[in-house]
Amino acid sequence: MAQLLQFISSGLTVGAIYALVGLGFTLIYKASDIINFAQGEFVMLGGMTTVFVGAAGVPLPLAALIAVAVTTAIGLALHRFAVAPARGASPVVLIMITIGASVFLRGIAQIVFDKRFHSLPPLIDSDPIQFGGAAILPQSLVVLASATVIVIVLWLFIDRTLLGKAVIATAANRLAARLVGIDTRRIVDFSFAVSAAIGAIAGILITPIALTSYDAGTLLALKGFAAAMLGGIGSAPGAVVGGLSLGMIEAFSAGYLSSNYKDAVAFLIILLVLFWMPQGLFGRAKIERV
Amino acid sequence: MIALGIVIIVVPAFFPSAYYYRIGALVFIFALAVVGLNLLMGFAGQVSLGHAGFLGIGAYAVSVGPVHVGMPPWLSLLAGAIVSGVVAFVVGRPILRLAGHYLAVATLGFGLLIAIVLTNEATWTGGPDGMSVPALILFGWRVHGSVAWYWIAAATFMGGFLLALNLMDSPTGRALQAIHDSEIAARVLGIDVARQKLLIFVISAIYASVAGSYLALFNGLITPDVAGFLRSIELVAMVVLGGMGSIVGSLVGAAVLVVLPQILTVFQEYEQALLGLIVMVFMIFLRGGIVPSLVASFAGWRK
Repeated sequence: MAQLLQFISSGLTVGAIYALVGLGFTLIYKASDIINFAQGEFVMLGGMTTVFVGAAGVPLPLAALIAVAVTTAIGLALHRFAVAPARGASPVVLIMITIGASVFLRGIAQIVFDKRFHSLPPLIDSDPIQFGGAAILPQSLVVLASATVIVIVLWLFIDRTLLGKAVIATAANRLAARLVGIDTRRIVDFSFAVSAAIGAIAGILITPIALTSYDAGTLLALKGFAAAMLGGIGSAPGAVVGGLSLGMIEAFSAGYLSSNYKDAVAFLIILLVLFWMPQGLFGRAKIERV
Repeated sequence: MIALGIVIIVVPAFFPSAYYYRIGALVFIFALAVVGLNLLMGFAGQVSLGHAGFLGIGAYAVSVGPVHVGMPPWLSLLAGAIVSGVVAFVVGRPILRLAGHYLAVATLGFGLLIAIVLTNEATWTGGPDGMSVPALILFGWRVHGSVAWYWIAAATFMGGFLLALNLMDSPTGRALQAIHDSEIAARVLGIDVARQKLLIFVISAIYASVAGSYLALFNGLITPDVAGFLRSIELVAMVVLGGMGSIVGSLVGAAVLVVLPQILTVFQEYEQALLGLIVMVFMIFLRGGIVPSLVASFAGWRK
């Protein structure tokens, strides 16, 4: 029982991060049909920038804010200078551009920062909470609470504001959105900026638990992507449920099967989901017209 | 075609040292894998972000075979190619039903699974540290050195190149190009789309596997990185850089991405950043790839 609780708590923590990364994917995909493989680099940049700005003597909360701002600017630049000029290119070309961007950002991070692993002090520095025999890190609760807040804020924003409605319109039909006077280019700009910010926050949250380094982004991006895929790509609730499930599945397979193969589980799931229900848990089946 | 043969034979005359043969051999080895991938991407229009997985199968076949099973290297190379083909056949059936991003992700997941298995089965593969590969022995001749490998890789590449050209001119090739243009139209014409896609997937897997075996035999050492995500990306980048659907482009793309890092070692620190930048810039401004763009501008200039 204690063990079970332990796995659930660690699974949910990691899962929340996957969910945030998956949400970032979803946002950009909805607005522009682009799968942004540099999503993991946003997470890395969030963590690394906070570490280094903090090390320069800036108080941590301010450093975290700066990190989010920097990452958001980079996300915006990624769209403006790399993705937007290639509008209308084939999916392979767009995938290669974002992959190129991810390799580029990793290379820059390696130069600007360094190649070592870094950590941050947890937000609440206290002993693990004992709960039913399981030890739960306070930072885990911080991660879960923050992820919940982000999801709710994002949902309120999309559902309740005019800009949010423009995002929905753009996602539904770009041409129609442009016809009713929505500047779809700015909407895509916006989606890149917000997903970069979400990624950065995820990076800052997870660093006290999981460490970060210049190349931490790749695996996180793939996991977040698996989460989005599992939930059904393009579905925001799907990304959240997918992320949490993936985190749990990973934690359980690491605990009960083999910790060496915990990473393999994520990808095995991607394959199985794609084979049996390509539209994911929450996605709608796509009907192709000729 | 003949021009290419002449280039392969003449260029080494200008190689000042064995180091250049080494680079040349690497170019041809990668070009072989890229030709295979180009058949899949450029002609059949199917993406694979996990092709390094097959590179890995081929590479580990020639090391695990001789070391653990006692098979001679050349037989292991064949065995690796067969295993890759069979794996591609089994996995390809469900994977190739997918399209676009989904296909990209499924192949990516598949490639990563292979890399993870290679990393974790340490008793067979030496784990993350990799293992050394015994030299290739052909008819009692122990193949070693960059010069020998240059010629072997070049000859094999030419073979693969010819095979690819002929394949594209065959009914299969035409069927594949029809699938590329419109899968539904191809189906309406009576083409067994699933079978043709599977066939080309298996063929491209075998190309990659042979290239992987060569790479391992040539380097004498392999690590699971050979099957990693970055390797897969590198292969796709080579295809797209050279030009999708251009077999000559495969050689050009491989040459650019093999030679470039060698030049960039001067800027060692900046290597990754520059590589990423180059991929981005090429994709934005030279979307069609180097060779097709050159051909197009040449045709325009002649008018």
